[in-house]
Amino acid sequence: MRSPEIATDAATVPGTRGLVRLQGDWTLRALAQRLSTFRQQLAGRRDDVAWSLNGISRLDSFGAALMWHAWDKRWPERIEIPENLRAIIDRVAASAESPLPRVPRFNLVDAVIVLGSTLLSFRDHALDFTRLLGQLCLDLAYLLRHPAEWPLREISANVYKAGFKAMPVAALVGFLIGVVMSYLSALQLRAFGADIFIVNILGLGIIRELGPVLVSVLVAGRSGSAMTAQLGVMRVTEEIDALSAMGISRTIRLVLPKVIALTLAMPLLVLWTSSVALLGGMLSAWLQLDLGMAFFVERLPQVVPLANLVIGFAKGAVFGLMIALVACHFGLRVSPNTESLSSNTTASVVSSITVVILIDALFAIATRSIGVPR
Amino acid sequence: MNAKPVIELRGIVTRFGATLVHDGLDLTVQRGEVVALVGGSGSGKTTLLRHIIGLTRPAAGEVSVFGAPLFSGSVREQRMRRRRFGVLFQHGALFSAMNVAENIGFPLRELRLATDAEIANLVALKLSLVELEPATALLMPAELSGGMVKRVALARALALEPELLLLDEPTAGLDPDRSMAFVELVLSLQRQLGLTVVLVTHDVDTLAALATKIAILSDRCIVSCASLEETMELDHPFVDGFFRKPFGLRAGVRSGGAR
Repeated sequence: MRSPEIATDAATVPGTRGLVRLQGDWTLRALAQRLSTFRQQLAGRRDDVAWSLNGISRLDSFGAALMWHAWDKRWPERIEIPENLRAIIDRVAASAESPLPRVPRFNLVDAVIVLGSTLLSFRDHALDFTRLLGQLCLDLAYLLRHPAEWPLREISANVYKAGFKAMPVAALVGFLIGVVMSYLSALQLRAFGADIFIVNILGLGIIRELGPVLVSVLVAGRSGSAMTAQLGVMRVTEEIDALSAMGISRTIRLVLPKVIALTLAMPLLVLWTSSVALLGGMLSAWLQLDLGMAFFVERLPQVVPLANLVIGFAKGAVFGLMIALVACHFGLRVSPNTESLSSNTTASVVSSITVVILIDALFAIATRSIGVPR
Repeated sequence: MNAKPVIELRGIVTRFGATLVHDGLDLTVQRGEVVALVGGSGSGKTTLLRHIIGLTRPAAGEVSVFGAPLFSGSVREQRMRRRRFGVLFQHGALFSAMNVAENIGFPLRELRLATDAEIANLVALKLSLVELEPATALLMPAELSGGMVKRVALARALALEPELLLLDEPTAGLDPDRSMAFVELVLSLQRQLGLTVVLVTHDVDTLAALATKIAILSDRCIVSCASLEETMELDHPFVDGFFRKPFGLRAGVRSGGAR
């Protein structure tokens, strides 16, 4: 590889022009070292000097494009150039003549179109979601008539993946939240001498509200995103089409097991997380307020009516159902490119957490007179 | 330029778990050659190509590219060495989030050397080089047909003015017409730009049209690396199965004799 050079012969006689001789390899690799210097030396001198390209040993299209743009897309008035190099520069010049189509600029009409299509996409989502729900109901009806076709293996695999494997992380988060809640409440309660109410606060708060919501957020992030990504990649790699081609229902095989499994596993996860959170709260209360653990356990059923546990359970089941449905809905919408996969996975997690919190609000209103001791 | 071989493989050993894929394999590719790697399914052709690219490393042996070991020198030198070859992956491996023009211009833009106007100019040039309409520039990879994906991928592989082009199954998934057109395209580019080409293929037509040398990968070694004529003379079970039978059949079909 010979390094590229620019040699300048100054004008010997006043009134005549100087000569610029380009030498060496004018290739991308050779030019890369001192590109900005070359660019400066070439620029703005097209017709001021005579050019000689006879010394160039190699020229690639990058070098040719560099010269052509430095010459402002016209041949210099005086140039000596071998035929083969002229052909290379001519090719670059020809493609500079026929520029690429440009992406049109974003204007007001586009803004209206974006707004409209966003609104329409809400309609699309609603229709698709309803269709998925309807299909699942039909599948359930079919499976009730043909009990042999229940996808039991898939259901149990999903219970294991989304439920059992989530237990450690759910326990860790639950325990820490329990400790924190208990610690913060204890500080306040002690100021009023109402230490004993820590059992009420923790019992009601965790069993009824915090447990289910906490687990939902965890599961939406953990299993919901995994479900969307799995279905999405299966769409990208045409695995879902392969299933359909074999005459196997994709909803029975892929969606229904996930939905059923999460609906079954979530209440159990809620139970588990709430218990661990209560354990954390109990420990913290014991250390902070010197409230005996045995007393805590004895007092809990007296101040927290059983209805709360049922509500917690019901919430868990409904949240699980919704997370799985939303995850599968977005997973089936993925189109075969990476961008769509990432945006649908994000949308899946964000929507399922939002949906869970909305439903939680509905639950709070619907059950406002149940299970709260007055 | 120097007379060092462009690619030099010495004593390559590759293992996947308990299976030995390559066992003391040697291969040398000189400048300007078009070498076709052929071999049965699972004989490790693509793996060998991945060794040359540096995506995988052999268990033993040395891969030298442009006269120096692939992983020698500073990070900068290794990177510079890698920019001297262009790779066409089997399925194109276009970035699906970018349109065609962005895909082709991407390596240039990453180098941060060329100006926007130069990049647009070079992209237009590469597009015309692979015989695609300028209007394709705004399409997304998902909207392209199989043949177009290969052409765009080739244009992207050529973006950094490579001296060495590695093609993995360049004609797989194309119909015979398109595959012939693609082969002619690669051939004309090879002549125009003076490229060294290494390709992996299963297609006898592709290899007959393109390759100056055929490297046969069999029994974990390169059993022969010679021109098509010399290869046809070779007495080896793989040559019998790969060249004679299909050729015989095809010739028969062409003359209308075989049923």
